This record gives sequence, C-alpha cells and structure tokens, in this order.
Amino acid sequence: MSAVGGRDRTLPLRQGQYVETSSVPTVPAEELGEHLVGSRERGGRLAHLFGRRMPDGSVVIYAFVAFDAEARFEVTASRVQPDANGRLTYPAVTPHWPAAQAFEREIAEQYGVHPLAHPWLKPLRYHATDDGTAAPWGPFDPERPIPGDYPFYRVEGEEVHEVAVGPVHAGVIEPGHFRFQCHGEEVLHLEIVLGYQRRGAERLLLHPNQTRALSVAETIAGDASIGHALAFCTALEALGQSRVSLRAAAIRGVALELERLANHTGDLGALCTDVAFLPSSSYLGRIRGEFLNVTAEICGNRFGRSLLRPGGVRFDIPPELAERLRVRLEELQRETLEVLDLMFSQSSVLARFEGTGVLTEHQADEIGMVGPAARACGCRRDVRCDHPHGVFQFSHIPMAVETTGDVYARAAVRWLEVRRSLEFLLETLGNKAEGPTFRPLGALRPSAMAFGVSETWRGEAMHVAFTDEGGDLAFVKAKDPSIHNWFGLALALRGVPVSDFPVCNKSFNLSYAGHDL
Amino acid sequence: MNVLRVILAVPEAVVVLAMPPLLMSVIAKTKARFAGRVGPPWLQPYYDLAKLVRKAPVHSRTTTWIFRAGPIVSLAALLTVALLVPVLTRGTPLGFAGDVILIAYLLALGRMFTVLAAMDTGSSFEGMGAAREVTFGAMSEPALFLSFVVLAVAGRSLELGRMVGAPPLGAWGPVGPAMVLVVGALLIVLITETCRVPVDDPATHLELTMIHEVMVLDHSGPDLAAITYGAALKFVLLGSILLHAALPHGGLPAWLDPPLRIAELAGLAVLVGVLESSLARLRLNRVPLLLAGATVLAGLATVLTLMRSTA
Repeated sequence: MSAVGGRDRTLPLRQGQYVETSSVPTVPAEELGEHLVGSRERGGRLAHLFGRRMPDGSVVIYAFVAFDAEARFEVTASRVQPDANGRLTYPAVTPHWPAAQAFEREIAEQYGVHPLAHPWLKPLRYHATDDGTAAPWGPFDPERPIPGDYPFYRVEGEEVHEVAVGPVHAGVIEPGHFRFQCHGEEVLHLEIVLGYQRRGAERLLLHPNQTRALSVAETIAGDASIGHALAFCTALEALGQSRVSLRAAAIRGVALELERLANHTGDLGALCTDVAFLPSSSYLGRIRGEFLNVTAEICGNRFGRSLLRPGGVRFDIPPELAERLRVRLEELQRETLEVLDLMFSQSSVLARFEGTGVLTEHQADEIGMVGPAARACGCRRDVRCDHPHGVFQFSHIPMAVETTGDVYARAAVRWLEVRRSLEFLLETLGNKAEGPTFRPLGALRPSAMAFGVSETWRGEAMHVAFTDEGGDLAFVKAKDPSIHNWFGLALALRGVPVSDFPVCNKSFNLSYAGHDL
Repeated sequence: MNVLRVILAVPEAVVVLAMPPLLMSVIAKTKARFAGRVGPPWLQPYYDLAKLVRKAPVHSRTTTWIFRAGPIVSLAALLTVALLVPVLTRGTPLGFAGDVILIAYLLALGRMFTVLAAMDTGSSFEGMGAAREVTFGAMSEPALFLSFVVLAVAGRSLELGRMVGAPPLGAWGPVGPAMVLVVGALLIVLITETCRVPVDDPATHLELTMIHEVMVLDHSGPDLAAITYGAALKFVLLGSILLHAALPHGGLPAWLDPPLRIAELAGLAVLVGVLESSLARLRLNRVPLLLAGATVLAGLATVLTLMRSTA
C-alpha cells in the first residue's frame, strides 16, 4: 500500500526517454486531486494535464508534474469510466490546485467529462465535444455568438461599469474578447474569453507526412515556431530513439535563441510604444527585424520555418556563415544594449512600468505560470536550465529572475535574457561542433509515449506524443505556455487603472493561437 | 477701423487658417527625426483632410442630432476664437474688453459638444474618454484663468489683444518673474488641451488609454476632417496666446511680426515634438498632478503680480 501522492504511483521521465503507454501507473480518478497535491508538496509543478479518449468510451487523464530542481517529470494516468447513467465525472483537481483550471476545462470541453466542484467551469475554446455529447455546461450550439452568450463574472453596483474589448481589435493582433468590470478607472475584474483561433492543431499534427506535421507544429504559435518545432521533434526523436548530433543541436539552440531575441526586443519596443516613448520603440522595432533576418540567413525564413525536422536540421551553418553571423551579432549586441540602456534609464518610462500589474510569487505559483512572466515574480523555472536537452546540456544560460512581479520585472527579465542569449549565440557560433546535420528518424516505438519540452520565449512549450501498436502516431497533445499565463494576466489587472491594460498585456504578450490550438 | 486694416486682415486670415496642418507636419517630422525615420511628407495632413472631405460620413443609427452637431459646433467655436486671439499680428479682428472670458468659454463649448457627441454613441470607450476629457478640462481651466489674470494685470486690460505683448518689452518689465511661471502654466495647458504627450498620446491605437482620440472614434468623413483640422487650429490658437505672452514684439517694427510669429509657431511645434520624443506618457492618474502643478504655477504668478501692482 502506497502513501497518497507517493512516488511509486508515478513514473519518472526525462526528455529524450520514451515509455510503454501501458507502464504508466494509474490512480483511481477519485484520488487524482489528492495524488497531485501530494506531488505538489514534494516540490512539483503541474506541467500538463490532458485527457485521451479510449476506444471503450472512457477517458484517460494524464498528469505531468515537473520537478524542476531534479530535472525530471513524473507522469500519472487516471481512467474516468462512465457511471450508471453513462456520464463521465470525477472530482476536480482545481479546488486543490488552481493551476489545473484551464486544463480541466479543456478536458470537459473535449470529452464531456465533468470535473465535479470545479469553481470556474466555463467553455475554454467554444467547440463541440469529440463525440457530440453535451459538455457540463450544456450542448454546443454553433449558432450562438460566443462573447454575447458567455457566463461572464459580473460585478454589480450603481457605479460599476463594464467595458468590452474585442474580439476585433484596433491593432493588427489576434482575436480575443476582454471584459472589464470597472469602478471608474480602476479594474475590479477582467475576464478573458478566447477560442476564436481554434484550428484543431492537435489532430493535424497526426499527419503521416512528418514534414506536414512539423509545419503544423510551427504554426501553433507562429512567433514561437522554433520552440514548438523543437518540442515536437524532441518527442518524436524520443519515440524513434534517435539522438541528433551535437552540430544539429547547436543549430537548433542558435535558432531558438534568435527567436527569443527577436521577440524580446520586439516586445520591449512595443512596451515603449504603449507608453509613448518614441526613440526606443522605433529602434527596437528595427532591431527585431535584424534578428529575424539573421534567422533568414540560416534557413531562408525569418521565423525559422522548416529549419528543424525530426532527426536534425535541414540547414547547416558553414564556418564562413558562422563568422559572418558572429560579426553581425556583435554589432547588434552593441546597438541593442545601447537602446535598452536608454530605455531603462528613462525615469518617465520606469514610472509607467514600476508597480503596474503586480503578481506575487504565491499567485504565480498557484496558477502554475511559466516563462519570463513567472520568473519576473521570483519563480525559478526555465526549461533550458531545469530540463536541459540538446545544446543546453553543454552551454548553460543563467536563469534571469526578478522579484517584483510588475511590468518592470517582466521587462527587466527580458532585458537580462536578451543579454544572455546574445552571449550564448556569440559563444555557440564560435564553437565548431561536429556531426551530421540530419539523421533520418528510425521507426517509432509501438504503443509508446514520449514528450518534448522547450523554453520558448514565452515559456515552456510541451508536446506529448503517443504511438499505436503499429508504431504510427496515434495522439499528440500540444501545450503552449500561454495556457498557463492568460489567467495571470487577468489577475495582474485587478486594482490597476484600465488605461494601464495595454502595457500590462504587452508585458505578457501571450499567444491567442497557442491557447486555442 | 480703416480700409487698409481690413485688406491686410484677409491674407492674415488665409495664412492663419491654412497653417495649422503644416504645424502638425512639423511635429510629425521632429518625432520622425528622433525615431530615425524620414517621416510623412510635409503636406500629408492636407492630403488626409482632402481625403476625408471627399468621403461620405457614416452615422450610427443609435446616435441623434447631437452626434452630427458635435464636430460642427466645435469647429465653429474654434473659428470664433480665431477672431479673438492675436496670431500673426498684435491686433485681433473682433477683440473687445472682456473677450478672454468668451475665449475660455468658447473653448469649453467646443469641448462640451465633443463630449456630448461621444456620449451620444453609447460606447463604453467613448464614455470613458469623455469622463477623462471633462476631468482634465476642468482641471486645466483654473490654470488658464489664473494665467489670464496675470496677463490682464500686466497689460492693464481685459482684451486679450492688449493683454499680451502690448507695452514695449511686454509684460516682462513690470511683473518680471511671474511671467516665467505663467509661461510654464500655459505650456502645460497647451499640451493638455491639444492632447499631446505626456498627457495624451495622439499616435496610439489603444482605445483604453486614449483621451481625445477615443471620443472621436465614431466620426468619419467630413466630420472627422473638421475634428482633425479643429485640433490643429486649437494648437495654433493656444500656441499663439503662449507665444504672445512669452515673447512680446514690443519694440520691433510691425511688418516683422508675421514672419517672426510663423517662425516662433514652428519653433513651438518643434519643442512639442522634442518633448513627445523624449518623454514617456504619464500614467493617467498622474495627469491631475501635472494640471494641479500648472494651477499652482499660475496661482503663484497671480499672487506675485497682485502684490507688485498694489505695492
């Protein structure tokens, strides 16, 4: 007999390893919440929680808990069987661990599984369940408009007013609906309704042509193409038990950090635009383009599309190109740091950033935030350091952590990461790693499961892949870091003037498409 | 009023009415220079106005005549103010004793109609913008009036044309340091009233942060042209009050006035452009502090002036 939450009911797993699907230990669905809380008390962080429909109609819930200090994940499964009335129910995890809230809503929406006593049971992406049964909040009706018919949380009172923004926005950005409950200028509560971008990406990832599947992975969140492609490739390579060469891993690392640089500089520039600080805003906008162009010099695409593929990379960085890129990055390093110094030395800019949209470490931890937004609150989690894979096993990038949890901290974490990514790039491009850039992937292990995680510029992206008895991909679950962090944005807005929403939003800059999949 | 004065007033009026969009170009070019860009063509604001005038306005079905009257009343109020404010020369076509009160309330009338038109749409954004506009407008009014008091005492008149720049070497002689404070207060009033950084950001597309821009989101075509042109004209008029107070051309020959004033207005536009490029926007709840500061400056100037003139 094992203690609840004990290690013997979980299976430790690292990046690059695969397991037989049948060997994943199971806990009864009634004990899943208790079990996960036990894992949390041992220092775990909920990395993923998702369901998979079984042929017999039951749904298996897989829980991935990350133990960042010990560089491993633990996976547990839990089978939800139909009850006497044919309904799928289990006691929700969310009341014990709020980090599960979006995941459990996703399971409810995909399979009609009712997580009992879930405190915030609302549609996540607004679509029908896989077999057409009713979700816990009722059957799906495609005729009904989304935001008009959503059970919004409402604040009542004479002086309270409601502001609705989106889904069509004034700028060229993705669609999402934001509902503010305001008292004068102060936001009492913000509710974010997404789902307008749902494309069914996980089903498309099962395409038998791996190149096609990879282009889908790259477009889960278009600005994190490399990050998602890397996580997807890592999962497939683990299933195929193939190791990429050091050279290919180094090129992947270079591309990942270039993506981070482009997005961090672009976002820092956009933060300046939002507070109307002109010089940094336009220079950082240009510098973002320069980093994208460096990626294009490697593979011909500014977002690094089609650079990665399972088994390696499609483009080499020959020594003369490496030297040319190094010279260019040295020049960019000087320019970028100069502009960022200007930005962070302006008291009028700092006055807008400091104390705006504060999240505490406790809040960030409760809702399971990841990436720079979590590090800005003092949570030490960075896949590159905690679960190193590929080139990060050899070149360590120090983790950037701030403690104040405000817009300033989120900007400062990115500033630090820009510095360190540039240093990493200059060092890595100087190394001459050996090996072929591409080794075809062998046959995938049958009836197995593996995962890949990568630290995209927004945080941890995770792909979990399952094969069937024939060794074909049967099920893939993708996760963009945004699904952890959207709730953080909503919390950060409480008590903040509504006019500070744009700068708060930009400091997170979460992906709508990545959330909607 | 002699015939010559009337004939001379026609080209002056043409220049005063044609100039405002060009000054917006000066601001845009200054900002572009700071951002390392070339900026839009000099005549872009005119092209934009021509484009807007050619379009048909779109009116929401939920709006009433107030929405349509808003831009017209606002522009008419500003055009009337243009007759009372000295711009290129020392004289004003319609100046009379006490016209400062009329000027202040014509500006308020224009603001009121913009605000009413915004509320008429029933949009929550525009309601928020209207609330902000009224709050900040009410807070900048004391600074404007206290500045007028100082100028009135210094110029010994209640007619704006005589209050500013009339005596040789202007008001600087008799009331001295008080004028420095008044110029500071008027500059803050100018930035607030014309919705420039650090109070408002005319370039933003984010409805939640806007003050003036959000109120005119629903206007289109010629209505929007009237609003855009009116905003530029307001800059020229308030800028002229500031310049005439700060830099009186007392001892200079009268024919030098127009070219010098045009150059000064361009200089003011450059100054605003430089301010916009080197400052981030204030947090919205800090703006009242800035306006209170302007009121304190003007109040201090009033005390100084009244003590000096009674002593």
